[in-house]
Amino acid sequence: MLVSYKWLQEYVDLSGVTPEDLANQITLTGIEVDQVKKLDAQLKNIVTGHVLECRQHPNAEKLRLCLVDIGEEEPVQIVCGAPNVAAGQKVIVAKPGARLPGGLKIKKAKLRGEVSNGMICSLEELGFESRVVPKEYADGIYVLPEDTPVGIDAIPLLGLDDAVLELDLTANRADCLSMIGVAYETAAIFNQAVQLPKVKENSGNGDRVEDYVSIHVDDPEDAPLYTAKVIKNVTIGPSPLWLQNRLMASGIRPHNNVVDITNYILLEYGQPLHAFDYDRFGSKEVLVRKAKPGEKIVTLDDVARELTEDDLVITNGKEPVALAGVMGGANSEVTDETTTILLESAYFNGSTIRKTSKYHGLRSEASSRFEKGVDPNRVRQASERAAELIAELAGGEIVTGMAEFDKLEVKPVEITIELDKLNTFLGTELALDEVTAIIDRLQFTFDVAGETITVHIPSRRWDLAIPEDMYEEIARIYGYDKIPFTLPEGEQTRGRLTDYQKQRHIVRDVLEGAGLNEAITYSLTNEEKYGQFALNQSEPIRLMMPMSEEHAQLRISLIPHLLDAVSYNQARKNNDVFLYEIGSIFIKQGDNVQPKEVEHVAGVLTGLYVNHPWQGEKVPVDFYTVKGILENLFAKLSLDHKITFIKAEIDGMHPGQTAKILLEDEVVGFVGKIHPEREKAYDVKNVFAFELNLEMLLSRELPESTYKPIPRFPAISRDIALIVDQAQEAAELEQVIRKAGGKLLQHVKVFDVYEGEHVAAGKKSIAFTMEFYDPERTLTDEEVNQIHEKIVTELKNFGAELRQ
Amino acid sequence: MKQRLQELKEEALQKIAATENLRELNDIRVAYLGKKGPITEVLRGMGKLAPEERPVIGALANEVRQTIAQEIETKQHHLEQVLLEEKLKKESIDVTLPGRPVKLGNHHPLTKVVREIEELFIGLGYTIEEGPEVETDYYNFEALNLPKNHPARDMQDTFYITEDLLLRTHTSPVQARTMEKYKGQGPLKIICPGKVYRRDDDDATHSHQFMQIEGLVIDENIRLSDLKGTLNVFAKKVFGQDREIRLRPSFFPFTEPSVEMDISCKICGGSGCHVCKHTGWIEVLGGGMVHPNVLEMSGFDSKKYTGFAFGIGVERIAMLKYGIDDIRHFYTNDTRFLKQFSPLSK
Repeated sequence: MLVSYKWLQEYVDLSGVTPEDLANQITLTGIEVDQVKKLDAQLKNIVTGHVLECRQHPNAEKLRLCLVDIGEEEPVQIVCGAPNVAAGQKVIVAKPGARLPGGLKIKKAKLRGEVSNGMICSLEELGFESRVVPKEYADGIYVLPEDTPVGIDAIPLLGLDDAVLELDLTANRADCLSMIGVAYETAAIFNQAVQLPKVKENSGNGDRVEDYVSIHVDDPEDAPLYTAKVIKNVTIGPSPLWLQNRLMASGIRPHNNVVDITNYILLEYGQPLHAFDYDRFGSKEVLVRKAKPGEKIVTLDDVARELTEDDLVITNGKEPVALAGVMGGANSEVTDETTTILLESAYFNGSTIRKTSKYHGLRSEASSRFEKGVDPNRVRQASERAAELIAELAGGEIVTGMAEFDKLEVKPVEITIELDKLNTFLGTELALDEVTAIIDRLQFTFDVAGETITVHIPSRRWDLAIPEDMYEEIARIYGYDKIPFTLPEGEQTRGRLTDYQKQRHIVRDVLEGAGLNEAITYSLTNEEKYGQFALNQSEPIRLMMPMSEEHAQLRISLIPHLLDAVSYNQARKNNDVFLYEIGSIFIKQGDNVQPKEVEHVAGVLTGLYVNHPWQGEKVPVDFYTVKGILENLFAKLSLDHKITFIKAEIDGMHPGQTAKILLEDEVVGFVGKIHPEREKAYDVKNVFAFELNLEMLLSRELPESTYKPIPRFPAISRDIALIVDQAQEAAELEQVIRKAGGKLLQHVKVFDVYEGEHVAAGKKSIAFTMEFYDPERTLTDEEVNQIHEKIVTELKNFGAELRQ
Repeated sequence: MKQRLQELKEEALQKIAATENLRELNDIRVAYLGKKGPITEVLRGMGKLAPEERPVIGALANEVRQTIAQEIETKQHHLEQVLLEEKLKKESIDVTLPGRPVKLGNHHPLTKVVREIEELFIGLGYTIEEGPEVETDYYNFEALNLPKNHPARDMQDTFYITEDLLLRTHTSPVQARTMEKYKGQGPLKIICPGKVYRRDDDDATHSHQFMQIEGLVIDENIRLSDLKGTLNVFAKKVFGQDREIRLRPSFFPFTEPSVEMDISCKICGGSGCHVCKHTGWIEVLGGGMVHPNVLEMSGFDSKKYTGFAFGIGVERIAMLKYGIDDIRHFYTNDTRFLKQFSPLSK
């Protein structure tokens, strides 16, 4: 809503309040003012002029030489390029020395050899937006009314000595979609009275409106109140300047006097009106009904629209003549030839209008007001005031009376508040008279009984219904800055993280400690990436209306978007990329059921893990780097004894360098190298990745820590080197050793793996170190030798050979 | 004999002084002080002396022996010192060369902000609640006093999956879910961080996915002033002790009254600049007193309980705090961006 500061002063005394003060106070009490636009900020030396002569420029086809009387001793010559300039016009002249919005400075100049003493201006050149400039002046200079005096300051004439406040209204404050609404708000803030527009008594010409029009409404729920007035013998023409100025300041383009008046009243009362050409209406009957499927209308914007059964239309009994509350039809539009006006003022159901406006992609000043609600008590007032203005400015005569259909029930709203509850709710200590003074400022009537106040809510504030609404009204006028700072004083609560949240912090700390930076990627992915690298497949969950195919369905793996991040970084020569992400994946559970959301952690690693060149250490990431980081993570989570890595084939992963990870017997994730073909598709190189189901890892009772005594007796260690098939996995050998080693075998660890010279082709050597320990006593060599022998025997039985 | 001892002493001391290595010194020790050495020999020959001479010669021999031993020790110490110094010199390195790098990762800046806020509120007695990102229309809208066709639904452009399922447009549905869990029994103090989604084209200031933290307190006698005080603590912790806050009335269907919180502009200190659009204030978050309909719908008696709620846009906080100019940075994951947010920085 654009609010002219000068116009607002017609309703409220703002002396001593600058537009900036006004904007600041309105913002602090409830309506955000986005900006204050001062139209006259730089404009001066701009006067009215009279074009006495107008002839072709001798050297330029598109220029004219104009002799203009600007109220000085001699008329001046001005070169003008506007196609619509003509002798006899009253125009706006920027004299030399004038500065126009945008910084253009006017100087005396020679244009193609001819002197020009200034510039004849268009409205755009004076700072008006082209969307509000009257259509006939859109491509040229602005022509003033014939009776405009010559040589006077054009700034006040055009209403440019004004400031316009742009209000960013929240959905509840549609009452301020009208100048009167803003006036009430301003009056409350500055503790002033409101001067409402005076509607002059006009009893009409004595004709009965019933003889001109009858009203029928098929859908009283959608149009509970519909009124019409008829104004005869009007002369269509331009509106007076003051009216055009106000419309333009409010962002509305002037058309002609009748249409302008309906728009003016819409701005003043917040009540949308529509003027039909009575003679082109097509009947004497207004029938309001739902559209029939397939029915069509050409709206005022010249668009043919096919209607649906949800659209409410105004018809002449046969065909639609307007899309109710949204836009009129071209077939009944007011034109220059119109002489009789049928003036509609109605109350339409907001959600019906909203649906139509949304369906047709057509928003208008009218629809945006009906959608949010209008004051039912202004429907008739607005119509009376508009009729009177039409009579005054378009020379018409009003037909006596108002045709109407009225099934609207306006229930009076009362809100009862109690002083102590109000103060408890706000944290204030307001006295009764302070509260009633504020309600007075809002111009609500009320009754007081003891410390209970019953407020009668006027129909213009249909957003107020419950005590909390009144608490807000009182608090905002009182001033939020005066509310004290306190903290809740009730029963103490214990702030803490859940076990899951604590462990998730540990996961972050371990991964970051290992050098991975946390990434956050989008949950929505495309069809191609969907399903890649997935631990669990799922039917895709697609958006009904995605913004783009790139983000159309919910992910089931975190790796694809992490690979995108790798690609982005590698393309920018960030070659060492170590990222992890914690986020949800979404598994479909049924068509209208919430999916299962499972939190995963995934990582991608590529480049040098150790980069220490001057000592000759450059270690690229490999499978074992990533596995080591994960083993560290599992150890930190006390899960290391429950985890096994098993070679596996997984979509998009290198078949020879990928392991699935089991937690006890269940697959909890995988780790490995990205398949070279998949790397190509993502345009990345040498990437290792892992993904784990975090909820499986973290959803358990946390173990209790108990102290285990520090070993008091020495441990004995033995090494063993084996020759085995090249494909033999170390884990199996370790199992054989552990089984044979029994209780006293505390640790087994691979310390060497070798292929090549001295080892037969197809074989490898693998060496383990073992540590034996008994917490109760010192072991003897003999005992250890015996166990060792047993281990050797079992290994031989398994097929391993001892390396000599 | 006296003479012999004196000569031995002189001879030994000369040799000790002349030697420059430990092996030779050891040889000298063995040669003069060993069991087969000349001094031992002198002492052995003492039997031939007159009894009155014996103690004199004995004392002299001991003195000579001690002197030599002491000299050897001194010399040995000296030689060892020299050796050590040589060794240390050899081992000397250039300490200005770079150390062996140990990789370190960081929290994402959004996580950093979330964690900082979580820590603050845990200290104030809040717990952290999380909820699903795919929500039902009921929890995302209806339970928050936004029935179907409510005009304010315009404010929330929503990704729908079916008529009834959607990507949550705010973390507020966690409010409703948690309130149901508490079965109408206060007090309840929670914050709910999480991802949310809206139908926006991604550009410098919009993102179809972003993060929010919802805060909710319900108890008997919760006041608007408690919200103001809590937000003040939050703003000072996150933005600095010198920042001021102000509340302005606003509108959200799930709170009544609703407020927006501004903080004083850090750049101009409140006098007005382009960052704060010449107002001296920067809009940070929205909140309000929980609407009685919301309390009732989730099982709380609105006659007994009141509450406040607020919603923090995590990206907005991070952008204001760190001066980040483009919201897309948070989701591009450029390592040069991610490495900038040390855990210790404010």
